[in-house]
Amino acid sequence: MATILVIAEQSHGHLKKATLNALTAAQQLAQKNGATIQGVAIGAGAQQAAQELAAYVGTVYAVEGAGFEHAIAETHSAAAAEAAKKASATDVVIAATAYGKDIAPRIAAKLSAGVASDILGVVSGNQFKRAMWAGNAIATVEVTTPVKVITVRATEFAAAQKAGSAGNVQALSVSAPAAKTRFIEFNEVKSARPELTEASAVVSGGRGTKGDFKAVEALADVLGAAVGASRAVVDAGWQPNDLQVGQTGKVVAPKLYIAAGISGAIQHLAGMKGSKTIVAINKDPEAPIFQVADYGLVADLFKALPELTEEVKKLK
Amino acid sequence: MKILVTVKRVEDYESKIKVRPDNSWIVTEGVNYRANPFDEIAVEEALRLRDSNAPSEVVAVSVGSAAAQAEIRSALAMGADRGILVKHDAFVDSDGVARLLKAVIEKEKPDVVLMGKQAVDVDDNVVGQLLAEYLGWGQATFASKKESLESPEEKAKKPGLRLGGDKKTMQVVREVDGGVETLELQLPAIVTVDLRLNVPRYASLPNIMKAKKKPIEELQPQALGVDPTPKVKVVRVEAPPARAAGVKVPDVATLVKKLHEEAKVV
Repeated sequence: MATILVIAEQSHGHLKKATLNALTAAQQLAQKNGATIQGVAIGAGAQQAAQELAAYVGTVYAVEGAGFEHAIAETHSAAAAEAAKKASATDVVIAATAYGKDIAPRIAAKLSAGVASDILGVVSGNQFKRAMWAGNAIATVEVTTPVKVITVRATEFAAAQKAGSAGNVQALSVSAPAAKTRFIEFNEVKSARPELTEASAVVSGGRGTKGDFKAVEALADVLGAAVGASRAVVDAGWQPNDLQVGQTGKVVAPKLYIAAGISGAIQHLAGMKGSKTIVAINKDPEAPIFQVADYGLVADLFKALPELTEEVKKLK
Repeated sequence: MKILVTVKRVEDYESKIKVRPDNSWIVTEGVNYRANPFDEIAVEEALRLRDSNAPSEVVAVSVGSAAAQAEIRSALAMGADRGILVKHDAFVDSDGVARLLKAVIEKEKPDVVLMGKQAVDVDDNVVGQLLAEYLGWGQATFASKKESLESPEEKAKKPGLRLGGDKKTMQVVREVDGGVETLELQLPAIVTVDLRLNVPRYASLPNIMKAKKKPIEELQPQALGVDPTPKVKVVRVEAPPARAAGVKVPDVATLVKKLHEEAKVV
């Protein structure tokens, strides 16, 4: 019987949330092709992360040991491909995060598979929907190879629910290939706010902030929201790059997206159009952002945001 | 050192993208074309690496129709030394591009290959990683720089990619989820570049004139021994679902009321 292998993304034994969104995509695929789902976790802490994933999936492999400590694409793709062979997988599914995007094509090359990248939907056993041209067109792509590798846009799929009974974890011994890449360091960007792609609310600032994000941040904090930025803001060096929402930055789909002083360039819209409720606050009534906003307020953000912050505080 | 850099011809992101009535592709008539913006960043970085490591050469490669010569020319006008066009008119998927580039790389034997992290037409973000695996090389995706684009380092046009003293390794700062990672690659290697690696230069008029005399070699997939039949086909293209028209609210109080009672998000 066909098997779908879901690759977990984990850090120090903790499963990243996007894995469960990718799992939902795998479940939708399983409904089309009748496959069973297995999982694999790779790297330091894999055993623990595999245990966590086993609450959702029947069998989860764990690959740990020398060579797999860091998420080096050469070694992690090798482990994933070994797990795929062990599971006789016809499909390999992973979230389209930085990690997933980094390793998925290498897994595909090892398995002579085609890649459907950053999918938004499962059409059939071999057809998937994905965004092209910054979301200005939605393509249905067909993967013609016997084995398929699929990366999943996490914001388009709800998180999977736990299975009735827990699955089992199997250690899988893989010898790491000699990598030509060496890990030097990782500098975490620490923030008291939720991560942009995982937040249920996002407040983003654009050129209209003139680089002053105090009002944006204050509103974000009363909402428990993440802070985002337009490309103009990032290019100006006003905010770090990892806050950029858009085609060339992060794609977000929170319940509430507030765009303040953002005109709404195509490439920004591509990064937030999937949000459930969109609020636009802009001085320019003609700004394109109003065309996608559920609620538009033509106002100066330096007046409107503090007012909004106070009003929200009153509700809490 | 020899630096190979890719340049894809793509629809200008400022152009209005419309879907064809038969849903086969997008309307290409009346659309402006340009080099993929991520590739331009790769070209800029290649030029900086070349100029700080003389003698070096930058070779700009594109896979596409004869029209893609224009984008190779624009890389030459930025300062690349010569161009290669792998001429193929039909649709080629990321896997086909990777296999064609592999054949070019085996012929050219560059020390490093720089390319955009993705092309802004199909938005795949796959070719560089496939290519690295097909070649058995190391890779660093999402290359960025530690300093901001407003920093003195950027103003001085210093490369963000750091070549080792023996020129056998390269340190790359990468943007990943939740932070910034530094990797050291053994060369040759593949580096795919992100938005904030550098600010690409504009081609000056004298350089545009000079670029007209620089050679562009044309290669055929068949001669490279590659059958670029796609593994992944595009079977249908649709316009994205339109969002229902929203409403303008007169003031913050109304906005909060709507968000609380109607949308139930605060």
